[in-house]
Amino acid sequence: MTGNLMPPALIFIAGALLIPFLRGKPQGGYMLLIPVVSLLVLMNAPTGRIWTLDFWGYTLIMGRIDKLSLVFGYVFTIMAFLGILFALKVKDNLQHVSAVVYAGATLGVVFAGDFLTLYLFWEIMAVSSTFLILASRTDAARNAGFRYILVHLIGGLFLLAGIVLYIQETGTTAFDYIGLTGTVSWLIFIGIALNAAAIPLHAWLPDAYPMGTPTSTVFLSAFTTKSAVYMLIRTFPGTELLIWIGAFMVFVPIFYAVLENDIRRVLAYSLLNQIGFMLVGTGIGSQLALNGAVAHAFCHILYKGLLFMAAGSVLQMTGKIKCTEIGGLYKTMPLTCLFCMVGAASISAFPLFSGFVSKSMVVTATVEEHLVLVYLVLQFASAGVFHHAGIKVPFFTFFGHDSGIRAKDPSWNMVLAMGLAAFACIFIGVFPQPLYNLLPFTVEYIPYTGAHVVGQLQLLMFGALAFALLILSGYYPPEIKSINLDVDWTYRKLGTAAYRFLDSGLNTVNRRTEQGLMTVVKSGSAFFRQITVHLILFFSVNLWLVLGYRDKHLALKKQQLYNDVVQGTLPVGIGAAAAVSFVVLIYVLT
Amino acid sequence: MKKELTLFDKPKNVKILLICFYCALVVLVMAEFFIHPHPAFYFEQIKGFSAVYGFFSCVLLIFLAKLLRMVVMKKEDYYDR
Repeated sequence: MTGNLMPPALIFIAGALLIPFLRGKPQGGYMLLIPVVSLLVLMNAPTGRIWTLDFWGYTLIMGRIDKLSLVFGYVFTIMAFLGILFALKVKDNLQHVSAVVYAGATLGVVFAGDFLTLYLFWEIMAVSSTFLILASRTDAARNAGFRYILVHLIGGLFLLAGIVLYIQETGTTAFDYIGLTGTVSWLIFIGIALNAAAIPLHAWLPDAYPMGTPTSTVFLSAFTTKSAVYMLIRTFPGTELLIWIGAFMVFVPIFYAVLENDIRRVLAYSLLNQIGFMLVGTGIGSQLALNGAVAHAFCHILYKGLLFMAAGSVLQMTGKIKCTEIGGLYKTMPLTCLFCMVGAASISAFPLFSGFVSKSMVVTATVEEHLVLVYLVLQFASAGVFHHAGIKVPFFTFFGHDSGIRAKDPSWNMVLAMGLAAFACIFIGVFPQPLYNLLPFTVEYIPYTGAHVVGQLQLLMFGALAFALLILSGYYPPEIKSINLDVDWTYRKLGTAAYRFLDSGLNTVNRRTEQGLMTVVKSGSAFFRQITVHLILFFSVNLWLVLGYRDKHLALKKQQLYNDVVQGTLPVGIGAAAAVSFVVLIYVLT
Repeated sequence: MKKELTLFDKPKNVKILLICFYCALVVLVMAEFFIHPHPAFYFEQIKGFSAVYGFFSCVLLIFLAKLLRMVVMKKEDYYDR
């Protein structure tokens, strides 16, 4: 290994192994140290390919350091720090270890320079994240975790098949731009797109993420999908299909987000919507668009983490997270409320908040490419995002009807984590240049022009006006205790139905076959037993006739012998005698 | 126990807030006449296009969501049955 220290992925994963041996404050301090060390390593890492290792004739590269991987590496490390800080007081080593391993595996994916390393960390990511869902330790979480890992293993198999064929085709494990050209690239594309929750491979996300613990969902929201976005930017930039998938993703989930009752499910659907923006940018593939996708991923990880932290705080302090059960919490949770609104303003791309400086790059890229329809869809969705994530989430949680719950703000570490994330959101929004300097391409882009600010504010504020008028008029769809069907219906209901069909269908065939076979065997065995009985009776009766038995006596003997043979209660001696006499008979006859 | 915030429970405050909000809307539309425009597409030359688009986007969003609800909404225990 070259370079300094060791790869961030190994710092995290090896570091996680020590966590169970520590307790209390030392444990907390130690966990916080892991991302700090990792960040220092990244800041000092030279560009190029470092941390290489020869393995069975292949070169494993754990450090492909360039601007693209670094910017993702930074934000993942920062988010890991915030997530660990937020979960600092959780007394559950399972969560701590899996979260740190999960973050490490994500960094492994980001810095992997070859397919073997990538696949290894890809699967570690899937397994460790599953434990974060299971950590809730409820039946619903267990079932959701089970579906989650199954879906991801299938996605992993697609990726693996693609990788194996790719290596065979090109003779190298290293990868860069692949492009959607043939079967091999499609297999890889499907594997990655599933992790990016690209529609229609998205249903695992709103199914599983809201099942995590108050703290584990913060990690989940950050890593899997955005590392997949990174992979798409790396391997499939400029793929037109991604524009359309992205536009669809920007559009459809907002309807679900409006309808959902569970705040974390609302956030999960808005997560899909935000990934849509990144995929549109990736699909366009111009330098501005790719910069936009990267910048949006960066900002999104922070504000979405912040929103999930606020939702987690509410869940932690009240035990409830459904719109129908909470409301009016601003009275006793003012800090959480404030931070949640910062996150909401950021995701809505309000000027001076982080979403504004990143989302607008993608939108401007669609203008440059003259994609009118996509532009209109993105603008529609921007208003829609403000509507459900920007207004609905804070409104129904902290305002709306007073639920009577008087929960306090959470512990200092959770407030601090939210505060830091909120600070980052505002800082990036006000001073975007440091973020722009990190982006893979040098692009002159100025987000704050008069026309842009006014246009965006009009879009958002008049969207808010619609919300206000609809709420006041009572036309707004009421919050109802319910769930909404999504694509996961196919494997949760259709799959179960198919299973039942096969169960009743194939098992009937099985049962019938068994019955038929048993009838044949039974009647066959009965037939042979009857023959034996009659043969024995025939010989015995003749013998008894010769010996002089008659009438009643003979009938009695016959009955006794018949019973003995049928019930198998013949004295052993008789069987032996019969066998011996049979041998004697054969001897005499030959 | 710490005193509760009741800022937004007083009808007077809500009214002030709403008035500020409506004023902001008016200011935003007026502002468009004083800035240097650079429309993305021809339809953006129309003054107040973003405002109208934002408003009707949200109305359409709610309308379609209500329709969607008829199709996809199920009871909470739907998958457990």
